[in-house]
Amino acid sequence: MASLPVQALPASKRLDEPPPAHTRIGPVILSVANISLDFGGVRAISDVSFDVREHEVLAIIGPNGAGKSSMLNVINGVYHAQQGRIRFKDREFAAMQPHRAAAMGIARTFQNLALFKGMSVLDNIMTGRNMKMRTGILAQALRVGPAEREEMRHREVVEHIIDFLEIQAYRKTPVGRLAYGLQKRVDLGRALALEPEVLLLDEPMAGMNVEEKQDMCRFILDVNEQYGTTIVLIEHDMGVVMDISDRIVVLDYGRKIGDGTPGEVRGNRAVIDAYLGATH
Amino acid sequence: MNIPRYVPVAALSALLAAGLIAPLATGETAPGFWVEVLIGGLMTGVLYSLVALGFVLIFKASGVFNFAQGAMVLFAALAVARLAERMPVWAAVIGAVVIMIALAFAVERLVLRPLVNQDAVALLMATLGITFFLNGFGQSIWGSDIYEINLGIPREPMMVLGNVFEGGVLVNRDDIAAAITAVLLVGALAVFFRRTATGRALRAVADDHQAAQSIGIPLDRIWVIVWSVAGVVAIVGGVIWGGKLGVQFSISQVALKALPVVILGGFESVPGAIVGGLIIGVGEKMAEVFLAPPLIKAFDLAGGGIENWFAYVLALLFLLVRPEGLFGERRIDRV
Amino acid sequence: MFFRENGQFKSTYRADMQLLPIAQDRYFVLALVAFAFFAVPLLVSDYLYLSIINPFLILTLAAIGLNLLVGYCGQISIGHAAFMAWGAYAAYNLVQRVPMLNFLVVLVLAGLVAALVGMFFGIPSLRIKGLYLAVATLAAQFFTDWIFARVKWFTNYSSSGSVSTAPVQIFGWTIGTPRDKYLFVLGVVIVFTLVARNLVRGHLGRAWMATRDMDVAAEVIGIRPVYAKLTAFGVSSFYCGVAGALWGFFHLGSWEPLAFNLNLSFDLLFMIIIGGMGSILGSYLGAAFIVALPIALNQIPEKLGVPLSTAMASNVEFMIFGSLIVLFLVLEPHGLARLWAIGKEKLRLWPFPH
Repeated sequence: MASLPVQALPASKRLDEPPPAHTRIGPVILSVANISLDFGGVRAISDVSFDVREHEVLAIIGPNGAGKSSMLNVINGVYHAQQGRIRFKDREFAAMQPHRAAAMGIARTFQNLALFKGMSVLDNIMTGRNMKMRTGILAQALRVGPAEREEMRHREVVEHIIDFLEIQAYRKTPVGRLAYGLQKRVDLGRALALEPEVLLLDEPMAGMNVEEKQDMCRFILDVNEQYGTTIVLIEHDMGVVMDISDRIVVLDYGRKIGDGTPGEVRGNRAVIDAYLGATH
Repeated sequence: MNIPRYVPVAALSALLAAGLIAPLATGETAPGFWVEVLIGGLMTGVLYSLVALGFVLIFKASGVFNFAQGAMVLFAALAVARLAERMPVWAAVIGAVVIMIALAFAVERLVLRPLVNQDAVALLMATLGITFFLNGFGQSIWGSDIYEINLGIPREPMMVLGNVFEGGVLVNRDDIAAAITAVLLVGALAVFFRRTATGRALRAVADDHQAAQSIGIPLDRIWVIVWSVAGVVAIVGGVIWGGKLGVQFSISQVALKALPVVILGGFESVPGAIVGGLIIGVGEKMAEVFLAPPLIKAFDLAGGGIENWFAYVLALLFLLVRPEGLFGERRIDRV
Repeated sequence: MFFRENGQFKSTYRADMQLLPIAQDRYFVLALVAFAFFAVPLLVSDYLYLSIINPFLILTLAAIGLNLLVGYCGQISIGHAAFMAWGAYAAYNLVQRVPMLNFLVVLVLAGLVAALVGMFFGIPSLRIKGLYLAVATLAAQFFTDWIFARVKWFTNYSSSGSVSTAPVQIFGWTIGTPRDKYLFVLGVVIVFTLVARNLVRGHLGRAWMATRDMDVAAEVIGIRPVYAKLTAFGVSSFYCGVAGALWGFFHLGSWEPLAFNLNLSFDLLFMIIIGGMGSILGSYLGAAFIVALPIALNQIPEKLGVPLSTAMASNVEFMIFGSLIVLFLVLEPHGLARLWAIGKEKLRLWPFPH
């Protein structure tokens, strides 16, 4: 099942009870195999492999510098791994390209906000629709019928996202003037505008207070449940991770040291050592 | 399919080397003349290197792409030339040093400090503003004619290597003095950076601004120092240049060629500035003397002038094959 | 008090997305355009057309072009006069060699030639950023200077290397007098202003701004940097090409090699820094400022009885430009256009403070 068009699902409608994991989760949609990445001789990731299944919420955890963000960057092609393969929707790549990842349905938010500071909330989220907009330069220049209609069609989708994220009041505000928590929402909104099948979230709750975290958790779970979007997220708050993920991958010093359900990971000796700082 | 990165660089270098040798290989050029052109190119290259050097110093220590280095050279040369009308040359140079240090203070206080943490393009444009201000200010107070700097070096060229090449090779004495001065300057800078506490602090700042600040190195003072050092380098460049060609406005424009030089050498590399300057100096002179005439003939051009763009187009090609420059380090954007 | 948008509610996306959503702005702009077309020709002397108004309009067009690249897409260029040169010489050659072409077609073709050259010199922008690009655009500047000074074909083998144009005719209208030139140029500039506004608020404009603000993030949401940067170079050079053709035919009339040199490139850059980067209105304000300042420097001291020598006036001009650039970068990086916007904001609240 591909992702549903956004307009088909009113944001207010929530399923009362999420379906049990075994019926919700589908086959493997994305897998990384034997990824190794260095920066000028410094190894950031070594020989990491894991699978992501359709519709699941997968958390990647690990201490700072474990290679989590680098892993996301490899998946959507910002970094190119020296070794390993990425398999997405039955196509295999040695190196992904960012725009190809986007075109194939991988969207991404950033750890340090990477919003377009000079643009309004609306325009930021509209950029997420850019890839789907086709009118040529001449039609845009003259803003004749098709260009105007296309713009309105996508504006409507974006307005749904704005409603969903409850940021209606800030539509025309330059993003730089928003509070941090709201900027994080806009970042999520921009990624959602791509209608992705896989959403990579890099510390979506970093620096938030409890209420903001709760809101963000709700948005993430809603996206996952309503649109069936597969979620891969990096998060440091263990409470959140244990609560919302179906599966957890643990990285430490660029290696994978754990992979399983929250229960399994919690009992994993290597993971406990890494987190408690035991010497190896 | 991936071509290894060194292939295009090697190809470009081979092309340049071939171009260098070609006039000799065809046998139409007298070896002595070729050597003279080569030396002429090296001398121009030394001047480019000196401008580029000031540029690299500032970029290393403050990350600022100082478009105004050429204007600083003109300003310094004007100061020396006009002061020397009233006092001995050595006193004029000392006066110019004082002026350039004052300028460094002014730039730090009025431009850099308010613009700290702005993006690189804004800082570049600010230095463009400094360029215009300095050009206007310099010519308002010093005058806008052509001035001479007389260093007391005899004008008539020397004949050297008479026993190697038929007819020997003519070399200007001031060129030799210029080359020696440049070598001494680079040596002095090396000592300054390696042996003095200030120099070591400068290197620490160049490596990591925040770390340097956190161990208590005051950034604003470092900036003043580095702009002062760049000012002194500008004086040396200006005096050599002015002594050779006279002090005039065109220095400011010719000094723009330091930009392709640093592209070639790498923005943060002192050896890169030297090597880049020499490559461009020799390249454009050779191109003008040996490549322009056949081009004029083949395409019925209205004249030569390849040297006006050779440096920039070479830099452009270089950017495509090796953006970090010959001696630069590759940068990785963190996300 | 007079500048209120109370009661103007938008109930459709179309209404919310129109060019000037506030009614007062719409009336003001329409009145201004009407004034420019109908009142100015009755009021203005030939001297004003030739020395201020026509150059102002043409340079505005070029400044809009440069602003699309620098202000909207974040790619610096310090060689944009080169693309004006390509436009001017393309137009000259088309008029010389294909005399039956309508001049409007010539303008568009001149723009396209400049766009192609601009995209070619924009290719390095795909691998390099900001500072490095400055040098690549300098290459465009100096190489272009050389081409038009040395390759005789471009100047139709004129012995001095300079070229001259005859008055342009369009649909039987001979554009000869300064007023005719003004009206024609005004029409062209207004059309291209509208086009620029449309482009920057469409998806292409968003792609440019996204690339400017955060290029990695833009790529990650599917905006190809190749597409964003090369279209910006293309459109920007197109504008400069058209402006160059207008500059050659309607302002200079005849011009020498190096008429489109580095100084003109710097002037364009100053226009957008002082006027406001990323603002179409700023391009107008900046061009007006840069055209007016030298004339003011010439006339005001004379009126005050302390005439400046030509050399001194040009030095003072340098100093003022230099200081203003630093001043604007430090105090108001969005230039005169932002000052205008702040003024408008104040007017909206006036006379009540909040």
